[in-house]
Amino acid sequence: MLARRIIPCLDVRDGQVVKGVKFRNHEIIGDIVPLAQRYANEGADELVFYDITASADGRSVDRSWVERVARVIDIPFCVAGGIDSLELATEVLEMGADKISINSPALQNPQLITDMNARFGQQCVVVGVDSFYDEKETDYRVYQYTGDVERTQLTGWRTVDWVQKAEALGAGEIVLNCMNQDGVREGYDIKQLSLIRGLINIPLIASGGAGALEHFSEVFVKSDVDGALAASVFHKGVIDIQDLKGYLRQAGIEVRT
Amino acid sequence: MICIVDTGCANLTSVKFALERLNAKPQVSADPGTITSAERVFLPGVGAAAYAMNGLRERGLVETIQALTQPVLGICLGMQILLESSQEGNTACLGLVPGQVKALDTKGLRSPHMGWNTLTEINDSPLFTGIEVGDYFYFVHSYAAGLSEATIASSEYGSAFSAAIQNENFYGVQFHPERSGEKGLQVLKNFLEVQL
Repeated sequence: MLARRIIPCLDVRDGQVVKGVKFRNHEIIGDIVPLAQRYANEGADELVFYDITASADGRSVDRSWVERVARVIDIPFCVAGGIDSLELATEVLEMGADKISINSPALQNPQLITDMNARFGQQCVVVGVDSFYDEKETDYRVYQYTGDVERTQLTGWRTVDWVQKAEALGAGEIVLNCMNQDGVREGYDIKQLSLIRGLINIPLIASGGAGALEHFSEVFVKSDVDGALAASVFHKGVIDIQDLKGYLRQAGIEVRT
Repeated sequence: MICIVDTGCANLTSVKFALERLNAKPQVSADPGTITSAERVFLPGVGAAAYAMNGLRERGLVETIQALTQPVLGICLGMQILLESSQEGNTACLGLVPGQVKALDTKGLRSPHMGWNTLTEINDSPLFTGIEVGDYFYFVHSYAAGLSEATIASSEYGSAFSAAIQNENFYGVQFHPERSGEKGLQVLKNFLEVQL
């Protein structure tokens, strides 16, 4: 049976792993390579690296570490951050990344999703979506340039429309960052994830809000997501990946041993 | 010498690094002489079948690969193009293993089949020394080869499919051993030790 994936996310800024709360006030967690290796050894199923400042700075991801990570890691990993052309995507994949996640560049140029699909295959193309619940509009809306609070912008997209558009254009997976929940460790946004789950038939990864073991089982059971992404609970040692997997297995959720 | 065929596809670097973790020193090459003289040949691949076959054709490597007599391991799309044809873009493939690649019938499960899945059956093959039914490997694909006489390991996602195939010196794995943790490294190690 296909296992549900546990995915530590490493936000990268200037070559170091950082973590913010609600996308602000980043603190340095440590160097990329040892942290990546530690998570792989502890049983992470996949890693995601977000160069969080890349798109907002108008530059592409600093790629020198991609190859260093690829040398030591024996699980799949995905790289995101300002990858806005086939050429850049090719470079990152050639350095050993398995998937490319595009967020702001996909919003600027949706055709990029289709072009990447044709060139690398659907499995390589992850679309990251930063979604915020707008109380006035009573709807989920898509934001871009969330790596920098000064430049974060509301887009014209409703989240429900954008995820379906991304799937139709050829995305192989959606990572839904629920911004209202980010970094606050109060649980995944079950309501939003369940809503999106019902709209797309490609893998959906939950992101934002993990704080306790039961948040993971809840999101797998209630929102039927394929993977759960988290950062601070792993970085700060609040949750040990092996403990988490033991807990999920006991709850009857299929995870890789 | 171990050779990774430079197919122009994207996962060759991860295959190279995985082999280096096993202390092998693979060469990435599109040179027919280098490929032919290697003791072991890896045929990696991600992307679309037609793109991969065109890549081999442009590099003049179709006949080179077809004529190989040493152990060859196709990985993911590299496995699929060992077969006769792929439904993906109606592509004629290398024809080294009998059978066709078809869209995986996921019976309504999410597609692509992406993530860690178990092997459901394993034949007695040197490729799977030390590997057991229930071990997890990393898969990412939406096309697959069905079960046939060439199947040496199977997996299931909606329906059963070949997780690994073999015809004489040509081996193929649908999963990514280079990204499947310790078990994946074991499969790569086994392949390096396969005796024909």
